[in-house]
Amino acid sequence: MEENKDMNFEDTMKKLEEIANELEKGDLDLDTSVTKFEEGMKLSKQCNKILEDAEKRISILINNGNAIEEQDFVPKAE
Amino acid sequence: MEYKAITVTDLNKYIKEKIAGDETLNNILVKGEISNFKLHYTGHMYFTLKDESSLIKCIMFKTYTSNLKFTPKDGMKIMAFGTVSVFERDGVYQLYCKAMQEDGMGSLYTAYEELKAKLEKEGLFSQAHKKKIPYMPKVIGVLTSNTGAVIRDIINVSTRRNPNVYLRLLPVPVQGEGAAEKIAVGIKLMNEKKLADVIILARGGGSLEDLWPFNEEIVARTIYDSELPIISAVGHETDFTIADFVADLRAPTPSAAAELAVPNIAEVKLKLDTYQNRFRQSLKKKTELMRLRYEKCMAGRVFREPLQKINENYMLIDNVVKKMQNSIITKYKDKKLEAIKIYSKLDALSPLKTLSRGYSITEQEGKIVKSVAQLKKDNIITLRFEDGKCNAKVL
Repeated sequence: MEENKDMNFEDTMKKLEEIANELEKGDLDLDTSVTKFEEGMKLSKQCNKILEDAEKRISILINNGNAIEEQDFVPKAE
Repeated sequence: MEYKAITVTDLNKYIKEKIAGDETLNNILVKGEISNFKLHYTGHMYFTLKDESSLIKCIMFKTYTSNLKFTPKDGMKIMAFGTVSVFERDGVYQLYCKAMQEDGMGSLYTAYEELKAKLEKEGLFSQAHKKKIPYMPKVIGVLTSNTGAVIRDIINVSTRRNPNVYLRLLPVPVQGEGAAEKIAVGIKLMNEKKLADVIILARGGGSLEDLWPFNEEIVARTIYDSELPIISAVGHETDFTIADFVADLRAPTPSAAAELAVPNIAEVKLKLDTYQNRFRQSLKKKTELMRLRYEKCMAGRVFREPLQKINENYMLIDNVVKKMQNSIITKYKDKKLEAIKIYSKLDALSPLKTLSRGYSITEQEGKIVKSVAQLKKDNIITLRFEDGKCNAKVL
């Protein structure tokens, strides 16, 4: 989970593209292919988890002097 | 005095000439409010200019409209420079505009151009300084008014693209006295407390005066100094504020800003699924390839009939042995024939054959007697015949 937090999503997507290309080229030996496959599946699952773990929040920051308060925000209809 | 009637055409021609002869009307600057504005498909602009108690028809031909620094709209207060002339067909006089500018905005325009030139020279608009907008920001900070369509548009677009989006609104005034300073404070606050991964600085459309806080130096410099990447979305697509030039990315509208900041999660998920499929497919292909290679290998003759090669070699060895045997037998036969030849020659030369014809060999003390002179009376000699020998005495 800690690993997930530090993971850069964009870099990971690039890494996934790289792995897919390497695997599709087909000139890796079987052991390396399996290792790459496992790495790719792991990373893509981590990405999915990040997306699924995200929680919707629309908040408004209220600056009252020294502290900043965060409250849920619902836009008023005009 | 008798009046002579003239035609309407002649009248209008006459009036046109009168007006054309007036120096003041040839080059005149008029101020008023635009109404009835129409942009004809030919590119010419038709409108009326009015004040509280009067109005005049105006036209601006396409040749001049490209020089306008603003988009004329109904209600806008402007100054128009041009010529008053008569349109004979309709018998109306109108103002043929050659240039227009927003009234009272003259000083603002100058300030805008001056500040823009100054900041550009200082490198505040430099592409090299622009920060990358993160692909998957966890928190998106929005600096705009907490009322109105802008924040609602941003929320709608963002949640449509990512149902689990995290938006943090920091409300700021977006027009009027003191707005620029408050916007700058807001940007600094977001930076100091790291309240977002990317900031959207947004405002809806408005007049140049309305958008003015986004043309102020304090906002420009704060955007430049911000460590958090900033997407600006001020006014309409045609409005370019100084904030837009300094920002790391300029969005034509607030909705577009939300699209630039929030990735479409459905697309990202689809992409991830595609990757997983690609991984599975290529590994499957790989193992399939390996299986085919293995099967091809096992289908080879060596694996199918492992003894055949050995048996073939045995046959080869047997052949060699046979060859060797044959050559030995042949040699033996040759030698045997040769021997027989020699035997028969020997046989032919043998004295035994002569003995068989009745000759005999005389020997004395083991030696053959070849002459009668060798013999004396009473010598004991041996006579050898074909079938034996006997002793005799010389008489």
